[in-house]
Parts: sequence; C-alpha cells; structure tokens
Amino acid sequence: MAAADDASRPFAGLSDVSISEDIPVEGDISVPVGSSRRDDEYSTLDEPVKETILRDLRAVGNKFIHVLYPKRSSALLRDWDLWGPLLLCVTLALLLQGGAADTDDQGGPQFAEVFVIIWFGSIIITLNSKLLGGTISFFQSLCVLGYCIMPLTVAMAVCRIVLIGGSGTVSFAVRLVVVTASFGWSTFASTAFLADSQPANRKALVVYPVFLFYFVIGWMILTFSPSQ
Amino acid sequence: MSAGSGSRNTNTEPWGSFDDNLIQGGGGGGGGGSAVIDMENMDDTSGSSFEDMGEMHQRMKEEEEVAAEAAATEDDNAEDGEFLGMKGLKGQLGRQVADEVWQAGKRQASRAFNLYANIDILRPYFDVEPVQVRSRLIESMIPVRMINFPQKIAGELYGPLMLVFTLVAILLHGMKTSGTVIREGTLMGTAIGTCFGYWLGVSSLIYFLAYLVNAQITMLQMLSLLGYGLFGHCAVLFITYNIHFHFLFYVLWLLVGGLSTLRMVAALLSRTVGQTPRLLLCGTLSLLHMLFLLYLHFAYHKIVEGLLVSLEGPNLAPIQRVARDVPDLILNTTRRSLGASMMVHWGSTEGPLGVH
Repeated sequence: MAAADDASRPFAGLSDVSISEDIPVEGDISVPVGSSRRDDEYSTLDEPVKETILRDLRAVGNKFIHVLYPKRSSALLRDWDLWGPLLLCVTLALLLQGGAADTDDQGGPQFAEVFVIIWFGSIIITLNSKLLGGTISFFQSLCVLGYCIMPLTVAMAVCRIVLIGGSGTVSFAVRLVVVTASFGWSTFASTAFLADSQPANRKALVVYPVFLFYFVIGWMILTFSPSQ
Repeated sequence: MSAGSGSRNTNTEPWGSFDDNLIQGGGGGGGGGSAVIDMENMDDTSGSSFEDMGEMHQRMKEEEEVAAEAAATEDDNAEDGEFLGMKGLKGQLGRQVADEVWQAGKRQASRAFNLYANIDILRPYFDVEPVQVRSRLIESMIPVRMINFPQKIAGELYGPLMLVFTLVAILLHGMKTSGTVIREGTLMGTAIGTCFGYWLGVSSLIYFLAYLVNAQITMLQMLSLLGYGLFGHCAVLFITYNIHFHFLFYVLWLLVGGLSTLRMVAALLSRTVGQTPRLLLCGTLSLLHMLFLLYLHFAYHKIVEGLLVSLEGPNLAPIQRVARDVPDLILNTTRRSLGASMMVHWGSTEGPLGVH
C-alpha cells in the first residue's frame, strides 16, 4: 500500500488536472537539433544575399591564403571553385592590356590572348596530368592552376607601378627580379598541390608543363611595356 | 508494306500469313489482348475485309514497335514513323516511336563519345619515365648508321607534345623581341598555329608519302619522330633569338638542324625499300625540316630588317644588315623591344609587312 502511495505520489497532483475546453492548448514542439541546421545548409535560398556573397568571398580568400603559404593541405582541392581563377585571369588580362605597339590594333587581342593562354594552358596541363596517371579531377586541377596565378598577378601590378617611374635599366632589373620570384613562387605553389596526386617517379613530367605555362605568363608580364 | 514490317515477315504477300499470326499470337509482347484479337482474325481466313486486315497490320506493327530492340537501326524507325504518319505523332504510338528514336540516338551518341572523346585512348602513349624522355631527347641528335634493318622508333606522344609547346614559347619570345605586328589574329594564335601546323601537317604528309611507297612506319611513329626532331629547332632558336648573329645561326642551322634531320632520315631509310622511294621520302623530309628552321629564324627578323631598309633607302640589301647586329650581343630586351615598338609604330602606317 505504501509502495503504491509512493508510486502514485509523483502523479498525485495529476488527478486534479483537467483541461477545460475554453483554454486552447498551444506551444512550440520544435526540437532544436542539428538536423535543422543541415536543412539550412542545403536550402540557402532563404538567406540574405549578403551572406551568400560573403561566404563565397571567404572561401576564395581562404584559398588565396593557402596559395600564399603553400603547404601540403587539401583545402584547395576539396572545395574547389573557379571564382578565384576567373577574378585573377580578368585582372591580369586587364592589367596587360594597353601595352606595346598600337593600342587600337592590339588592345583587344591582348585581353583575349591572356584569357585563351590561361584557360587553354590549364586545360592542357590538366589533361596531361590525367594522362600520366594522376588522381586529381579536372576541375580541381583547373582550380589549383588558376589560384596559383596570384603571385604573377601581384607581380604585374608591381611592374606597372615600377613602370610609372620610368623604364630604364634599373626598372628592368627590378621587374626581372620581381617576375622571376613570383614565377618561382607560382610554380612551387602549384607543384605542392599537384605533385601529390602523381606517381612518385613521374613528378618531373607533370611539373615541366606547369613550369612552361607560368614561364609564358611571366614572360608576357616582363615584356609588357606601356604604350607611348 | 510488308517490307517495312521488319525482319519477322519473310513472305511477300501484302497481308500477314497464318504463320505470322500464330507466332505473334503465341508470343505477342503486347499482352494477352492482342493474342485474343489475333485468334479472332485467324477465323477470318479469306482476308477479304480490308479494315480487318488494316487493323491486323497496325497491331502487328504495334507489337513490333513495343517488342523491338532499340538497337535496331534508325531506318526501321524512320520507315515505321512514316507508315504511322496517319496516326500522327500525338498518339501513344507516336510517343513510343519518338521515345525509342531518342533512346537509339542517345545510345549511339554516347557510344561515339566514349569511342572518340575517351581520354583513355591516349593513355598508353603517355606512359613514359623522365629518364626515357631525357635519353630520347639526346638520341634525337645522334644519327644511327644502321639502315639495313628497321630502326626502333618509340611511339610516345608526351615528348613531342612538350617539345611543340616549348617551340611555341620560344617562338613567342622571338616574335616579341622582333616586334611582330599581327593584324588579324594574335601572337599566340600564330605561334600555336605555326608549330602545331608544322608538326601535324608534315607528319601527315610524310606518312601519306610513306603509305604510297609502302614504307614501314605508322602515323604514331612519324608523329613521334618529327616531334623529337623539333628538339634541335628549339635549341637553335633559343640561342639565336637572343644572340642575333647571322653567322652563328648559319653554323647552328647546318650543324644542329643537319644532325636532327640525319637522324630522322636514317630512321626512315631503314624502313623503306627502293632507291626512288627513299629519295622521295627522305628528300621531302629533309627539305621541309631544314626550311622550317630557316623560316622560323628569318620570318621575324625580316620585319625589322625590312623596316630598316625602307627607312634608310633601298640601296642596302637585307643580308648586308648582318654587320649591324654584331654589336647587339647584349641581352637587353627592354631596349630592343622599345626600339622595335618605335619602329613598328612607324612601320604600321605603311601597311602590314609580315602578316601571316
């Protein structure tokens, strides 16, 4: 009997409870668990545009930092995106425009030239690395090669600033040093990401086209002279 | 009409025979309903009623459509489509036909894509080690004297492809330092077009001639041979685009160009039988190879020289401008490109001189 009393004591007050029909029962039965957050990640349609843009910009900026300090990380490869390469390609093409001989003749083709060189060259290098037995996917490789153009773009900006000051031997020497350094940096950075995906004895075969690619871009930057 | 019925009807009568009815009745893929109907029509043996015959034909057609493999050629489907034109494409039959045509087309397209755009076709030709590439590069400058036994030619595409791209890069450098003005097109496009055009075009030409004279060489081997032969060109142009010394160029042209040509010629000689075929094949190859190097060197110098001549009077022949280049042994590309750009700026008013 006492056990029954003890057992019924927690529920003792419940017998008095009665829900009248006048009082509507209302409340929130939502359970805040991680599953709702996962739904948010899939449906990003409802978030404000600023958040979307900032998220993409943060991803791009993160990859730029990875290029600046190239270590063997897979961040660049895992979430690849082509925004960074597009930005860099357009910036470089715009900076390289308006140089050398006749601006009316060569202004247009120079932009197209740089564009075609960068994308066509990246595609060729990617195909080459795949044919040599690489494990990296097509767009991952494009992403890496595009992002590693960043040092060369910075060098182009520096060259343009130096050229404002004059185009003598000193400026040429400075530009040569800057372009060589950035070319080496680009090649080293892209090698750090790409070479891991190759069989060990064939790394040189993959690195050479990358070297040639950045060499051509570096050469275009070095021989750039503003129109007079 | 029976011809359009497909492979199942072997008779030539305009109406289906009893055998066909039995076969189709027994194995009708359209379901039990058609079998029942066929059984009904079997009783009407005279075939006098045109509407019944027409219906029977239609149902036979339907069964064939439904049961037919989509791997059948599209001709059948097209003919059936025409025949069923009276039903129109909006009926369910029309939809089925359209669906099967789509499936057949998609299957053929994906098969063609897998066949031609499959990158794995090229994979065996890129199966090389760096050591092999290096040794082949060196061997491309060393002619082998054995011409009685077919020489071994490596069939790989990595080395030749990389050499062509290197040549493109060197050509670009040469164009920039000589101040080439390209009116319609880009520097890059011209360089790529020249180098790839030479590699693929001359390989195809020599392969075609080899096919005519029955020489034992495959297209891949020819591509590989000519590609490695461009190593000499790359070396010569790399040196002479920076050191503008015509005498040096002629020496290198004969020496390095000659060695790589001899290597290719010896390889071809070992695989050809007969005096005239050998002469034809090897003569063509050596002529084209040596002339290409000459062209690459002078095509971009001529512009600068031509401008100088036109500016300073026509009494000086271009070849005598050699003496002018002797002091310019220093690698001052800025001065050169500035000077070239100035000259080109003046030269552009006279019209395109070296556009190609």
